[in-house]
Amino acid sequence: MFGRLTLDALPHDPIVIAATVFMVCVGAATLCFVTYFRAWGYIWHEWLTSVDHKKIAIMYGITAFVMLVRGLVDASMVRAQQAIAVGNSAGYLPPDHFDQLFTAHGVIMIFFVAMPLMFAIINAMLPLQLGTRDVAFPVLNSISLWLFIAGAVLMNISLTIGEFAAAGWLAYPPLSGLAYSPGVGIDYYIWVIQISGVGSLLSAVNFVATIIKERAPGMTLMNMPIFVWTVFASMTLIIISFPVLTATLAMLSLDRFLGMHFFTSDFGGNPMMYINLIWTWGHPEVYILILPAFGIFSEVVSNFSQKRLFGYRSMVYATIAIMFLSFIVWAHHFFTMGAGANVNAFFGIMTMVIAIPAGVKIFNWLFTMYRGRIDFRTPMLWFMGFVFTFTLGGMSGILLSLPAVDFQINNSLFLVAHFHNTIIGGVVFGYFAGISYWFPKIFGFKLDERLGTYAFWCWITGFFTAFMPLYALGIMGATRRMSHYSDPSWQPFFIVAGIGLVIILVGVFIQFVQIAWSIYKRHELRTPTGDAWYGRSLEWMTASPPPVYNFAIIPHVHGHDPLWARKQYPHPSIPLYTNIELPRNSSVGIVLAACSLALGFTLVWHMWILAALSVMGIIGAVIARSFVTHTEYILSAHEVARIEARSNAL
Amino acid sequence: MTHAHTLKDNRTLFGFWLYLMSDCLIFASLFATYAVLRSATYGAPGARELFSLEFVFLETVILLSSSFTMGLTVYFAHKGKRALMFGLLALTFCLGTAFIALEVSEFSHLIQEGLSWERSAFLSAFFTLVGTHGLHVLCGLIWMIVLAIQLALPRYHEIVMRRLICLSLFWHFLDIIWIGIFTFVYLFSFIV
Ligand code: HEM
Ligand SMILES: [Cu+2]
Repeated sequence: MFGRLTLDALPHDPIVIAATVFMVCVGAATLCFVTYFRAWGYIWHEWLTSVDHKKIAIMYGITAFVMLVRGLVDASMVRAQQAIAVGNSAGYLPPDHFDQLFTAHGVIMIFFVAMPLMFAIINAMLPLQLGTRDVAFPVLNSISLWLFIAGAVLMNISLTIGEFAAAGWLAYPPLSGLAYSPGVGIDYYIWVIQISGVGSLLSAVNFVATIIKERAPGMTLMNMPIFVWTVFASMTLIIISFPVLTATLAMLSLDRFLGMHFFTSDFGGNPMMYINLIWTWGHPEVYILILPAFGIFSEVVSNFSQKRLFGYRSMVYATIAIMFLSFIVWAHHFFTMGAGANVNAFFGIMTMVIAIPAGVKIFNWLFTMYRGRIDFRTPMLWFMGFVFTFTLGGMSGILLSLPAVDFQINNSLFLVAHFHNTIIGGVVFGYFAGISYWFPKIFGFKLDERLGTYAFWCWITGFFTAFMPLYALGIMGATRRMSHYSDPSWQPFFIVAGIGLVIILVGVFIQFVQIAWSIYKRHELRTPTGDAWYGRSLEWMTASPPPVYNFAIIPHVHGHDPLWARKQYPHPSIPLYTNIELPRNSSVGIVLAACSLALGFTLVWHMWILAALSVMGIIGAVIARSFVTHTEYILSAHEVARIEARSNAL
Repeated sequence: MTHAHTLKDNRTLFGFWLYLMSDCLIFASLFATYAVLRSATYGAPGARELFSLEFVFLETVILLSSSFTMGLTVYFAHKGKRALMFGLLALTFCLGTAFIALEVSEFSHLIQEGLSWERSAFLSAFFTLVGTHGLHVLCGLIWMIVLAIQLALPRYHEIVMRRLICLSLFWHFLDIIWIGIFTFVYLFSFIV
């Protein structure tokens, strides 16, 4: 019944015990709080079962910020160990715990911070920018959210019950095979990613269908805001690449559960096959994350320069080019595999080619700013930080793309510096820009400018202090994932890197304060109309926060920047409201996620009977849902008129 | 049919089609792995020694005809000939079940001979690729039962056509995958 789960799985290590106690206390406090205020009904009806894309966005965002804290704690522990573990000192962490930390950090940051932040922003803005009432499949959207949360919960359970993977964020076999990792860590890793991965795939299907089928009348593809284009490319990449991840991890789990030999080192298994497959997903994944960030920057730059985006068409083509190219560069992650000079040359050149569309974008943004009336608000600050940081990261990427150079610095801290350079400078800054830009749309008040500026400066100085030393260390020969090193001359660099991290932590702390402070001061920060920044695209046309139905009257679009055009040539008319059909709430998402969580947990611990029951639960829930007929309700024109009369829409 | 409904049909079919494309890529990964591991038999018998073309041909004929009956089901559903529709759906279901039965017998035969997926990388890849297809067929069969119930109940009248078309898309898709398996796994083993 309980498989291999025994009391031994509970934590022994004092650090882990403290973390567990902390998590349990926070959880219990939240539950007490909700119960005390008798808010369960409200939370269940208004949030947990909601299919409104704006609320789903907020739930993604909250989870992402919680997980960001955990990812940062992991990074801090890695940094602290490396700052002291030199020569005779073994540091404060046993190697196995250290390995779990960098693995957990990588997995959390990619799957549970970057991905959900992206989904939060897309959910919040995509339907508004398209001028539609919701995504194509609202209930599916809630299912995606809850599957993602189930993955996040399983990830946190692994901290307390058992252990997490210790084989790096991509779990290369044969190390991740049964022979070398017999514990539950890799199994947690597999099911955490499988569950949240299915969620991501379903979201992508949903968003592509929304873009293709739900645009406001008159909005041709070439009239779509550039953010929508980048989302389209990114979601297409998910539809193409996430199935590969699912299949690859499924094969790894078959190796581990059924004794198969896909990636084992005997019986004809081929570990390199795993590495090829995982990077056919992995490289597109980095573009999945960065493309929407590019889209956000395009919106921000155009808005705060008060100019139409320069080179809209070239921007679209560059996005599409990156989308295609991202599938033919994966082998640059293992030039040292021994595939031969010609293969390496091909992948090296293709990698360099990606720099061309990326450069096109950079120049388009700069030309948009040229002779614009630039307003340096926080979103624009993040953009400036991005241009500088990301370009530098791109340069170090070009260095790495030369196979001959890569042979020297592959798997070194140079690489770690490179990808943090692009991921923090590109993805993280991009999403922060998006959050500060669109926050007033979703909540109706702006984030405090001053605190936002401080947070930005902490992040950017902290980033350079934390990661520039790693470039140097990499060239000096320091490999990644070291729990101990013997050369004392490296230590100062690690200490500086640690100081950089502290500066970043201050920045994150200020961000949390910024949110709390802005909520406290929300009346002063309230935007008088729905149009917080004198915007150009449709999202600014409706009220802030938008009503459930987004637009009382679906706008008609002619050309780019429809709101801008409307401001130049206003044609007032008396609104004529009609009944609006809206999707009803559904608990199917949360039920499916609970069953999936149970399935993942029971599989990790080999509780086969309970696992079978969970599968039946999943199938049962899907079938039961298919028997529900009344999935919509009508909001009367009268009611709409009443809501609109009180709204601050333009 | 109302305007709102055609819109919704349109949207659902497109979304379902996107899902099928992504499923296609799961199979693509499994095909690629099979291609790489095909010769990794580790001393155990390989494809040519194990498979019998007659048997696979029978499986193929059964699955292809089930696709044909599925097409007819949709056709008669559109025509409003409900008796024929139910009959053909039942026939599709029987053919699908027969296919699964054959596959199970093939697998258990191999396992009895000591040639399970644990024996070699080639066998792992074979069982996984063919088994994943089989699992999809099984899901299709479950779906057919649920849909048959909903087809019979009047209150599902408006949505059930859309679902039937999705199911038939799914079923034809599995057919195409099978043709790939038939060609690359079975036929190729006798050619190359
Ligand atoms: C915010 C400040 C961050 C700091 C200080 C930080 C620090 C670190 C450190 C110290 C490592 C281990 C390096 C080594 O192998 O020796 C690491 C690895 C990694 N980080 Fe970060 N990181 C940060 C943010 C991020 C973000 C935002 C992401 C992704 C969205 C990310 C993704 C990764 C990945 C994938 C690894 C590789 C893990 C592995 O080796 O398996 N990091 N990071
Ligand atoms: Cu790459």
